[in-house]
Amino acid sequence: MEKGRFGVHGGQYIPEILMNAVHEVEEAYNKYKDDPDFNRELEELYNEYTGRPSRLYYAKRMTEDLGGAKIYLKREDLNHTGSHKINNVIGQMLLAKRMGKTRVIAETGAGQHGVATATVAAMMGMECEIFMGKHDCERQALNVYRMRLLGAKVHPVESGTKTLKDAVSETFREWTSRIKDTHYVLGSVMGPYPFPNIVRDFQAVISKEIKMQMMEKEGRLPDAVIACVGGGSNAIGAFYHFIDDAQVRLIGCEAAGRGIDTLETAATINTGKLGIFHGMKSYFCQDEYGQIAPVYSISAGLDYPGIGPEHAHLHDIGRAEYVPVTDEQAVEAFEYLSRIEGIIPAIESAHAIAHAIHVAKEMSKDQIIVVNISGRGDKDCAAIARYRGEDLYE
Amino acid sequence: MNNIRKVFEKGTAFIPFITCGDPSLDVTKEAVIEMEKAGADLIELGIPFSDPTAEGPLIQEANLRALQNQITTDDIFQMVRELRETVKIPMVFMAYANVVFSYGVERFVATCKEIGIGGLILPEIPFEEKREFDEICKKYDVDLISIIAPTSKERIGMIAKEAEGFVYCVSSAGEKENARFSHIGSMIKKVKKERNIPCAVGIESSSLDHIKELAKKVDGIIAGSTIVKLCEKYGIHAPFHIGNYVKEVKMILTE
Repeated sequence: MEKGRFGVHGGQYIPEILMNAVHEVEEAYNKYKDDPDFNRELEELYNEYTGRPSRLYYAKRMTEDLGGAKIYLKREDLNHTGSHKINNVIGQMLLAKRMGKTRVIAETGAGQHGVATATVAAMMGMECEIFMGKHDCERQALNVYRMRLLGAKVHPVESGTKTLKDAVSETFREWTSRIKDTHYVLGSVMGPYPFPNIVRDFQAVISKEIKMQMMEKEGRLPDAVIACVGGGSNAIGAFYHFIDDAQVRLIGCEAAGRGIDTLETAATINTGKLGIFHGMKSYFCQDEYGQIAPVYSISAGLDYPGIGPEHAHLHDIGRAEYVPVTDEQAVEAFEYLSRIEGIIPAIESAHAIAHAIHVAKEMSKDQIIVVNISGRGDKDCAAIARYRGEDLYE
Repeated sequence: MNNIRKVFEKGTAFIPFITCGDPSLDVTKEAVIEMEKAGADLIELGIPFSDPTAEGPLIQEANLRALQNQITTDDIFQMVRELRETVKIPMVFMAYANVVFSYGVERFVATCKEIGIGGLILPEIPFEEKREFDEICKKYDVDLISIIAPTSKERIGMIAKEAEGFVYCVSSAGEKENARFSHIGSMIKKVKKERNIPCAVGIESSSLDHIKELAKKVDGIIAGSTIVKLCEKYGIHAPFHIGNYVKEVKMILTE
């Protein structure tokens, strides 16, 4: 496959002004990815700071309640900062330091990537600025406070739909105006090469651990791995080491919002078409003239009109399935997992739970499903309460 | 060969940029006619895009204002067709890759040829990704304009070697205008070392002094935001003011 391509997807569709910056990241990554010192430092931070490996928990009550496949939950919600995002942030920050950068910038949707970036920047003593859609700042106000508490400057983005896609655009613009001392810690498996590869490699620790833990607990591979997909970083992380194991079903759950037959959806594979945006060729929600659609989901972290190029390719070749999950289904799953397992998942991860509930019932008791709980749901409680009609504000 | 390069043969060319459809396509049309009358050498027509990631706030807003009027690529093609009944100077499109890609690259470029658009500027298509557009542009004799930036450094040679029409030199948005002018000279020198092709520089300033100073170093000046600013300020009365501004600039350039 051509460098930086996943089938027809991927590439480096960015302004000339950023090309050398992206090449610099690529060179640094190639230099350090197999470097023993780099990997020792990465592993130490993963273990000592993040709390890896994250647990693979057998959800006994959920399994018994559904009466089908055995369900395991990969607990990325137990990581420091409460989501999988920190896996990638630590990796990229170590890279940024080695590249001599003193300042990092990042986009954030729900705020999980922003919080992770602000956290690691504080720990490493780097300057940090976060770009977040104004609308998302409002629906995730607590995370905005967290980032400020951690010493980051948060810029509410006022352009466009004031959500994740606009935050990504604004962070690229910011990078264009200040490249020399600044690294862009892209938060998902998207954007121009080499970001989809770098982010995937740092997130792949998830599937590496699942595989090991599964062999220890069950002595075999799972029958299905299920994860939610916005840009797709937790999903690719959970899928990656299973891609060559054809017997393992890989299922990505897209945010259908109010339904894929409405305009208020963010289900890219189910409603989008091939396009070029944010540095990559992939599938995007767009109109017939290529204008990017103003997508919608209850989950700020999945509220993005595109999907990472590797997912687009896994879809094309039929290796992974991408299914739509509505707001209502996700909220029900959010409540269900809280009640039945005492685990409040992020509303993003609740999309994966919703589909797992459905799939588990259709599978037999000797089959195994792993669901990636990409983040914890504390940040979502107020919004879900309001969705259910309660007058609760943070 | 199309007539874009000829624009640079009679002194420093002035290339105004305008976002199509802001505030309406009728105003854009009238503005283009005024700009030709005032002596503009080439006009860069921006096709509005929902997410113009390579633009600052001013042109972003212009894009969104245009799209609020439900303007489509086909409407813009139709506007150019109508303009071509009288307008003789060359015109190029500035478009985001997805607008061209979703229309079908060949269908888009063939239409450019048909309606008399001589060049295409794609700000998100760097040298490494140009092939899928360039081969079709060559087939229809539409110049795919290459872009260089102050950060391009050693890339300039490779880009210049394969450039068509003219080289578009951008300056990084984070720097002060006068600081930028200092790299322009060395950027252009690198281009000319590789190939004798005209170099036009995009500027955000509307200051006539800046233009005068810059004119000595470059083959063309692209007014990035001045015209857009006038559209925002004067709305349907913008064409008159745009015409006057272009006249003033041309006077300085032909002094």
